[in-house]
Amino acid sequence: MTPASFSPTGIRFENIDKRYGGLYALRRVSLEISAGECVVFAGRNGSGKTTLLRVAARLARPSSGTVSVVNGSGELIGTPPPAGFVAHATMVYDELTAEENLLLFARLHGIAEPASRAQALLQEVGLLERRDSLVRTFSRGMRQRVAIARALLNEPALVLLDEPTTGLDPQGASWFAETLRGLRDSGRTILMSLHGESEVSTLATRAIRLDAGAVVADTRTGANFRSILAFANA
Amino acid sequence: MALLSNTAVLLGKELRTEFRSRELLTTTVVFILTIVVLFSFTFDPSVSESRRFGPGLLWLAFLFAASLMLQPCFLREQPNDTLSALRLSVSDPFAIFLAKLAANTLFLLFTQILLLPAFSILYNVPVLAAFPQLVLVMFMGSLGLSVTGTALSAISAQARMRELLLPLLLLPLLTPVLIASTEATAALLVPNPAMRWDWLGFLLAFDVVFLTALWLFGEYLLEE
Repeated sequence: MTPASFSPTGIRFENIDKRYGGLYALRRVSLEISAGECVVFAGRNGSGKTTLLRVAARLARPSSGTVSVVNGSGELIGTPPPAGFVAHATMVYDELTAEENLLLFARLHGIAEPASRAQALLQEVGLLERRDSLVRTFSRGMRQRVAIARALLNEPALVLLDEPTTGLDPQGASWFAETLRGLRDSGRTILMSLHGESEVSTLATRAIRLDAGAVVADTRTGANFRSILAFANA
Repeated sequence: MALLSNTAVLLGKELRTEFRSRELLTTTVVFILTIVVLFSFTFDPSVSESRRFGPGLLWLAFLFAASLMLQPCFLREQPNDTLSALRLSVSDPFAIFLAKLAANTLFLLFTQILLLPAFSILYNVPVLAAFPQLVLVMFMGSLGLSVTGTALSAISAQARMRELLLPLLLLPLLTPVLIASTEATAALLVPNPAMRWDWLGFLLAFDVVFLTALWLFGEYLLEE
């Protein structure tokens, strides 16, 4: 997407449990995601995909276990930079315009030239002409494009995507797959959950299947890899 | 510095969205005006009764209005999960609270100053003689309402029965603010108005204590 200055970042989950009352959303999850990997999480509804991504984003605190962000050499990073996160919800303000939303978050991130960064991203997501329109007047797909632009504002080294193609039409999904390919090829670490058919899954370098909050399969190659991706696309 | 700049950016967002929709200000002004008018018609107070009971009625109306106004402060972040986006973007989550409580204080103060003439006419109580002092008391009282209300709004937004929970938690906790603000206001509505610095000091102490608690524990209130 954009030539970036970022440090390669991986993420390490060690014995993560996440409970909501008596219900386990995650159970003893231990994973080492190296810098530059593109990981697809597959699983049924309620299998823990969203919770794992929110734990990775540090939006949800694990009930037990630790999450660490590591650099390209596997050493811990003390104060990790914020991840880019695209979720089910758009995470943008309906009462603000597309440009106002991006400017708001760019300023919060402390980006040096927020206006030009916002403009460049609006151009990339194809919404430059609608930059002065309130987000509440947008279709679901257009809102998702704003959400994607917001997530990429700070050129994150770690990109977390929870069913990112929700609401995108086939052209939008193709555009997003290309964008994601650029991010992956630039060395960013991508963790995503997918539900339904998506060409985005072809970008995966690793597939992990979750069931009832636990990792039941984790593979990079072979028939199992394809079967997990097929499950994600089912 | 990042805390202050983040707070300023977020305060700008709060003001922009409110002045664009005018949802909170309109409903709060109408609500307080209704209460003040209803009290006036119900009791039909004389001047001396107005001076005695007016400040209490006024601050009760502000308290009810605050519980209305503070409710959506975190609730409106929920439909699009914008609170998560804010948490991912700010360097210190306290900036989110600071911006919201600054916006709430400004909205409340604006509403109070707007309604002061109506109160003065309906209750036949002159307010111009001590107007600057009244504004100071209203600012300190509004700050007290906002600090406590913003924290409780963050808690109640994640709970079931959230519409009931906020007033239930807020009204008892704000009793000290209500008493101090009422006493300080009453002393300014008498023929020889005088600032009650003891009650103002009490309000300042209340605000500092709750603000410190919010600074120390606010991050946990935002977690899932």
